[in-house]
Amino acid sequence: MTTETRAFEPVRAVETVAVDVRPAGSTAGTTVPAYEPVDQGVREERRSLSAVRAGEVLSVVGAMAAAAATTWLAFGLILPVSGTLGSVIVGVLLFLLYYGVLCSIDNDGAAVRDRIAAAVIHVIAAVLLLALVFVVTFTIYRGLKALPHQNFYTQDMTKAGPLQPLSVGGILHAVIGTAEQITIALVITIPLGLLCAVFLTVSRGPFPRLVRTIVEAMTALPSIVAGLFIYATLILALGFEKSGFAASLALSVMMLPIIIRAADVVLRIVPGTLQEASFALGAPQWRTVWHVVLPTARSGLMTAIILGTARGIGETSPVLLTAGFTATVNKNPFHGPMVSLPLATFEFVRSPQPAMIARGFGTAAFLMLLVLVLFLTARAVGGRGPGQLSRRQASRVARVSRRDHERLLLRRDGGDLQLMDENRARTAR
Amino acid sequence: VPAVGPGAIGPGDVDRPRALVSRPVLSDRVFRITVRSAGSLVLVIMALVGTFLSLRAASALKVSGWSFLTESRWEPDAGHFGIAAVLLGTILVGGVAVTISLPLAMGTALYISEYAPKRLSRTLIAMVDLMAAVPSVVYGLWGFFFLQGHVTGLARWLATYAGWFPLFKVDGAHPNDPLATTTVYTSSTFIAGIVVGLMVTPIACSVMREVFSQAPLGEREGAYALGATRWGMVRAVVLPFGRGGIIGGTMLGLGRALGETIAVYMIISLVVSVQPHILQNGGSTVSALIASKYGEATPFGTSALMAAGLSLFLMTLVINFVASTIVARSRSGAESDA
Repeated sequence: MTTETRAFEPVRAVETVAVDVRPAGSTAGTTVPAYEPVDQGVREERRSLSAVRAGEVLSVVGAMAAAAATTWLAFGLILPVSGTLGSVIVGVLLFLLYYGVLCSIDNDGAAVRDRIAAAVIHVIAAVLLLALVFVVTFTIYRGLKALPHQNFYTQDMTKAGPLQPLSVGGILHAVIGTAEQITIALVITIPLGLLCAVFLTVSRGPFPRLVRTIVEAMTALPSIVAGLFIYATLILALGFEKSGFAASLALSVMMLPIIIRAADVVLRIVPGTLQEASFALGAPQWRTVWHVVLPTARSGLMTAIILGTARGIGETSPVLLTAGFTATVNKNPFHGPMVSLPLATFEFVRSPQPAMIARGFGTAAFLMLLVLVLFLTARAVGGRGPGQLSRRQASRVARVSRRDHERLLLRRDGGDLQLMDENRARTAR
Repeated sequence: VPAVGPGAIGPGDVDRPRALVSRPVLSDRVFRITVRSAGSLVLVIMALVGTFLSLRAASALKVSGWSFLTESRWEPDAGHFGIAAVLLGTILVGGVAVTISLPLAMGTALYISEYAPKRLSRTLIAMVDLMAAVPSVVYGLWGFFFLQGHVTGLARWLATYAGWFPLFKVDGAHPNDPLATTTVYTSSTFIAGIVVGLMVTPIACSVMREVFSQAPLGEREGAYALGATRWGMVRAVVLPFGRGGIIGGTMLGLGRALGETIAVYMIISLVVSVQPHILQNGGSTVSALIASKYGEATPFGTSALMAAGLSLFLMTLVINFVASTIVARSRSGAESDA
């Protein structure tokens, strides 16, 4: 048998021998047709499994081109209308129309509807994602004037009047204010929020249900009303001054229900079997919570806290009512007004001066980067579900398990030794 | 010796469950007291917020009575104050926001869960979640410095050709005068609504996507096996299954939109009067009213603002509860293995 074996089809050269697959000694059973050798002259072609076909791609491209051309014609030459937004809207509508017509040439109704629906959904997703990306890049782009100045991060606005150039003044006071306010708010909300979430998970009965209902209701509290509450109680009724502490209390009132709710959701999906296993081994409730429930839900809890923090950092309205406004660094949260990053942004862009507006955008871009870092941390920490371990956690668990095993071996051997001693003593007696 | 076995139990003997008394150890008792007191403390704080708001609001409501709901002026110290105008403005902003966000959120959620390649969808999910965490002041900046200048053309077109519809009417506009200024279309409810809509879309979108992705695989494959196209499958399986998520996500977004302060406050020029023309300069929302009036308010004026805040809170509260009930009632509820 002479076969021309090519480098890319080695299998076929081997398989050209017909094989009787019937088990030896059996005459009845499945009849397998003899394997017919493939004609070497004909090369098999791999079938394309891709859903994308050339005709479809062409009709999309064609519809796009036609829509662009018509829009250009209409807006540039014929119709007395203008405007970027309008031309984009008209262009998209024309694209959908042309695409539908193109599809209906060689498809039936259901297929045309399928194609048009797919096109509409793609367009909507593209519009939203582009708009969101644009919001972010616009802020960063406008902030680029202020961000490269080093003094932007190391000075406050004491010496910078509205007409000063960007080389004077910065947002140090707002950075310090945000850091202190969010720290105080977290010191209040993390222990209280996590303990309350644990309470909601471990307890049964009407009281936890009441607490859960109230907490869920308070997630609807508009942030400005939280600010108004602190303003009316702490500042108007109790006579404290506007300060960073008041702002962080307002932030806490706003963040507490958010963190409790997110943590409660995470704690509730900890498998009941794990907790029962712990109880079955004789662990008291607090050990079960501390060693089983909380570690299992750790990544989700971190996510809840970090996302709550991101909400708190970016919130302007409660701070607007309670923190006051200053242009200088104030490190004491209990005395004197204190500015945070979103509030500084808001106050900067109220001024008509271009330098102040650039500072406002710079502050907003800095704030957004801060939120981005927090968010990425949350993703890195909370990307895994409960029970899925990172490599380091897995190796630690393996190490602990090995140690336990050794310990048990040691104890068994030790027990044996003791038993031997007892036996020896008995025989001696 | 009596026989031992099941047959030996006489008719008079009834199995009685043993009294199971579990007495928690000391550490457990401390633990329970700790978590219970934390829960109680949270309850007290939240109840304090609610009662304090109601008490302060009550002193203002006692003066105004039912006219609080019908009066449109806001002059608390003269005795004329009500939320008719600001509540209407809030609802209009929320309405524009939902009109913008519902199709965007639904389309994007469908794209992520049904159309996007698997590798891309993880990135998109992260992106949408990130956008939900972007501070509202950033959206406000974008709306004020970019969108305002670009959307006036659309607003003018709407006012010119759809001005017969009362919402789109603009007083003082000269659509046929090419040199007419566009300032009459700026700082409007419409622009604020678009910005807020874009802001709440990621929130609504992530709720919807979560629910869409839970649509049962068996029913999806059943639809395909019966010859459905992808859109046919989406219409027959995913959308009915995710209806609760669509409604719930939209209402959650609406709740956020109604309470949004800073983006609205930056864009809208506050006019406290009944102003149903959404394209026209000037508008009002409850939160913008609070943000602008709290500083110069007398104690009674603060009480009146509290009453306005309380009514806003009640509105968002009702919307959130309805939303969570709908999400929980629908088939879309998550099954856990507990």
